[in-house]
Amino acid sequence: MSKTMSIVLASGTMDKIMAAGVITSGAVADGVDVNIFVTFWGLLKFRKNDNSINKLSYDGSEMSDIIMKKMSEKHIQGGIEMLRKAKEIGNVHVYGCALMSDVMDIKKDDLDPIVEDIIGVSQFVSMTEDSYNTLFI
Amino acid sequence: MDVKADHVIDARNSYCPGPLMEMIKAYKQAKVGEVISVYSTDAGTKKDAPAWIQKAGQELIGVFDRDGYYEIVMRKVK
Repeated sequence: MSKTMSIVLASGTMDKIMAAGVITSGAVADGVDVNIFVTFWGLLKFRKNDNSINKLSYDGSEMSDIIMKKMSEKHIQGGIEMLRKAKEIGNVHVYGCALMSDVMDIKKDDLDPIVEDIIGVSQFVSMTEDSYNTLFI
Repeated sequence: MDVKADHVIDARNSYCPGPLMEMIKAYKQAKVGEVISVYSTDAGTKKDAPAWIQKAGQELIGVFDRDGYYEIVMRKVK
């Protein structure tokens, strides 16, 4: 049985979603399965046709313009696209948080197809029982 | 290099972890004995890909510096 890592992705800024994408990519390359629970600001960014502004988190915000420009010039993949690539080569399961879905009236069909289900937190926590680590991003 | 690649992946101008992901995807689809070649310009992949090949117990044929990029060549042995 392969090892499993769990990630709670609560942030909706590009850098944090990208961190989840990069770590997940590294994990599947290493044969580790990944369960991701997307909640709060994160879930809003997983909506299809999300029109909210992509931005970086406040940390180092004085660098934001430079980083955004460089990422655009170099066509750096977004975090969700990284997760999609990771799912092509390994076991990656992305779940939406039921609470935030209710708060914002989000249905499964409103979300990017990478989200396979909307589940409650207890179901996710029970998944983490078999994980060797759980990250909160 | 006198080995002919069965799968050539041009991942130039793609950044970490892109080229490694492309290589693993090709590896999963390849048959045992086939050779995979990855072109990359990304510095991280130059270390990560050979490390992955070794850990996965596959054969690293070589990392070759080319004009403005490098080429990683591996064989799927199992």
